[in-house]
Amino acid sequence: MDELEAIKVTFFQECEELLADLEGGLLAMQDGNDDGDTVNAVFRAVHSIKGGAGAFGLEPLVRFAHVFETLLDAVRSNEVPATPDLVVTLLRASDVLADHVSSARGLGDVDEAVSASMAAELKACTDPNAAPAPAAAPVVVEAAAAPVIEAAPALIGADDALDDDDLGFDFQPMTITIDEQAADVAAAAGNVWTVSIRPKSDLYRKANETALLLRELARLGPIQATLDASALPPLEFLDAEAAYATWTVRLETDEDENAIREVFEFVDGDCDLEITRGEAVAPDAALAALLAGDAPAPAPAPVVEAFEPAPVVVEAAPEPAPAPVAAAPVVAASAPVAAPTPAAAAKTQQIEVPGPGQSVIRVDPERIDRLIDLVGELVINQAMLAQRVGEYGIAPSSNLAMGLDELEQLTREIQDSVMAIRAQPVKSVFQRMPRLVREVASMTGKQARLVMDGENTEVDKTVIERLADPITHMLRNAIDHGLESPEERKAAGKNPEGVVRLAALHRSGRIVIEVQDDGKGINRERVHSIAVKKGLISPELQLTDEEIDNLIFLPGFSTADKISDVSGRGVGMDVVKRSVQALGGRISITSRPGQGSTFSLSLPLTLAVLDGMVVDVAGETLVVPLAAIVESLRPKPEEVRPLGPVGAVLAVRDSFVPLIDVGLTLGYRDSSPPPTEGVVLLVEGEDGSRAALVADAIHGQRQVVIKSLEQNYQQVDGVAAATILGDGRVALILDVDAVISLRRREPPRPVEPTLIAAE
Amino acid sequence: MTRTVLTVDDSRTMRDMLRMALAGAGFNVVEAVDGEHGLEVLSAHRPDVIITDINMPKLDGFGFIEAVRVDDDYRAIPILVLTTESDPAKKDRARRAGATGWIVKPFNPEKLVDAIRRVAA
Repeated sequence: MDELEAIKVTFFQECEELLADLEGGLLAMQDGNDDGDTVNAVFRAVHSIKGGAGAFGLEPLVRFAHVFETLLDAVRSNEVPATPDLVVTLLRASDVLADHVSSARGLGDVDEAVSASMAAELKACTDPNAAPAPAAAPVVVEAAAAPVIEAAPALIGADDALDDDDLGFDFQPMTITIDEQAADVAAAAGNVWTVSIRPKSDLYRKANETALLLRELARLGPIQATLDASALPPLEFLDAEAAYATWTVRLETDEDENAIREVFEFVDGDCDLEITRGEAVAPDAALAALLAGDAPAPAPAPVVEAFEPAPVVVEAAPEPAPAPVAAAPVVAASAPVAAPTPAAAAKTQQIEVPGPGQSVIRVDPERIDRLIDLVGELVINQAMLAQRVGEYGIAPSSNLAMGLDELEQLTREIQDSVMAIRAQPVKSVFQRMPRLVREVASMTGKQARLVMDGENTEVDKTVIERLADPITHMLRNAIDHGLESPEERKAAGKNPEGVVRLAALHRSGRIVIEVQDDGKGINRERVHSIAVKKGLISPELQLTDEEIDNLIFLPGFSTADKISDVSGRGVGMDVVKRSVQALGGRISITSRPGQGSTFSLSLPLTLAVLDGMVVDVAGETLVVPLAAIVESLRPKPEEVRPLGPVGAVLAVRDSFVPLIDVGLTLGYRDSSPPPTEGVVLLVEGEDGSRAALVADAIHGQRQVVIKSLEQNYQQVDGVAAATILGDGRVALILDVDAVISLRRREPPRPVEPTLIAAE
Repeated sequence: MTRTVLTVDDSRTMRDMLRMALAGAGFNVVEAVDGEHGLEVLSAHRPDVIITDINMPKLDGFGFIEAVRVDDDYRAIPILVLTTESDPAKKDRARRAGATGWIVKPFNPEKLVDAIRRVAA
């Protein structure tokens, strides 16, 4: 059934959200925020997962969720204190619950042993007095006899199949007496029953209705209902909210007493009910007693109405003209019996405005991708048009040029809006991380607490999908290599529990992900010696602290003394760096001995468009990402100072920055023209280092659609991607950081292959 | 005449399940995500029957039922409590708050429609 499948998809989506809420709530509790709202939200998350799972018959999930929920219920009613130890247990239980959800979804399996021991642990926490061991492994034979006694009081009804499952036995709802009666009834067809109903005012207060009860009875067989209105006081003494009527119903049915009682399930306790087999003898006696007692007023005029047994007619069956009292709830009158709190009353007053509710449209992602592609084409097309119009020498103040300006504005707005559709908070990636931290910490014997920041930072969906791997690796690295063992930390005068901070933020048109630990920092001596030992650097090379730190990104570098479960997965930081670079991103590290390290990952907000400066270098057109450019200037001769045989620096205000000829670095030419003949772009790299890039000319600022070079050709050092310009030419987009570091690795190696943009 | 049923549940899955079962049985369905929202939708749509969850944020099922029952305009509307609660105390509390009847989750569409028939005029 398609609709049900669709709801199942919704259910699993909702499970993801609920699991995130659950974890978030538990983490808040861990931070000491265990107010009622948080605990309630945590309970509700598990409760809702169980409810949905029940609807789809996902038994193992339901069973585990039930045990979990039971404990949380005890926590929220303060029967079980939320100690830090308990919260840790609850967090582990939430991981097992997540596994159950994945398993129910067909993704992965649940470790039955882990699940069973977790469930036993939860049960033990719920009821510390219960002996946990025997309960965990019930002996089937014994279960038949023993549990009946202990479980019976807990039952509310046979329809609660869940509990029956949990208690591990089949509950037989019928008592022996009823069994006998039922047998009798079955034997004697066309049995006559007498049902006497005396509603209390509570029945009406709960919006139940005698007429509906009679209608339900009529579904069992033909009925005759007699109204005894003798208790009805004279009008002036009548309480409109009270109930005075008694109904006596003669019912002919093949059903047993249970079926009759079931009709009154909802009004149990709200009416006096007598069900007797046979013609009305006892009720008549009671009636006679009533009449004999106090009936000075008119003799009761019984109303008798016949009901058709056929269920089809039920809707159309005449209302049995209930006594006026039956209509009481409709009559606006004195306060209801159980006076509600004034606060609740005030609430109703306030909320009068019809809420529009949240409306969300679900769209196939492919449609959005197509839209983004089209907008990309539109941007290129608009740029071409602008260029053509410019070539015709049309005055900027002309109507045509002004119209074109407006078009550009509009195009940009459309582009921003379309990109916003695909933007999502990084939360979806972040929420997987607490579990990872718990697992890595327990595997490595460290104590780690994850603090997350900026989960709502939005970034294009295509980027989000590719954030998970680098973040995972950086976190693993931070715990495995960064944090010390609890003993070491204590010895160093630190809290035995290390803190790992994961943060996301927007910075100059990019998203920055930071992973910071308060561990020991990078051991530079060791890193240096390992790099020398592995032949990655020559021993005599003098390196700055920063350069040593960055050695860990070199291919083939690993500082782990022994290969642990965590770091021995064959993925080094070099792989992380390369995968980040492939996305047009950068990764850097800062470290302070004894205080910890910070990995900083920066990625473009979108992999689709970029604001860039179009420049000319040795006859090639290049695009420099605008985000990297601090300023552009024409250097004066006195500002350029030679440095070494080939290098030069530029004096910019109070500091000197290295001059880098882009043409030379990318291999477009063999010697640099004097920098004073060109234009200088002052750029800033991800790590804050500055450089002055020399180009021949600036063409202006433009938004370009990024076309991946790796996908269409191969990765080229110093080049981030390519684009198509307004005139239809391909231009390369400069990777500013790579250009700076290429220059740092002087003497410059020839760059291969030399890529010339296609004409 | 098509009857309107208001479903109040914080779980999207459960709202969808209810909608499927109720729409399939010919009911008009309006939805709310919690008790507070339920009271807003109530005044906008005047349902014939209300089905509500108990555990909800903002205003829970008990509070919602109480709020409906003190309002002279709405207090005669039958309210069915939908819950997985196996705790009889909770069911009793819902009844004391003014619930007309209840449906134990997981429900099947027949059970649901059956319960509505029993309380709806």
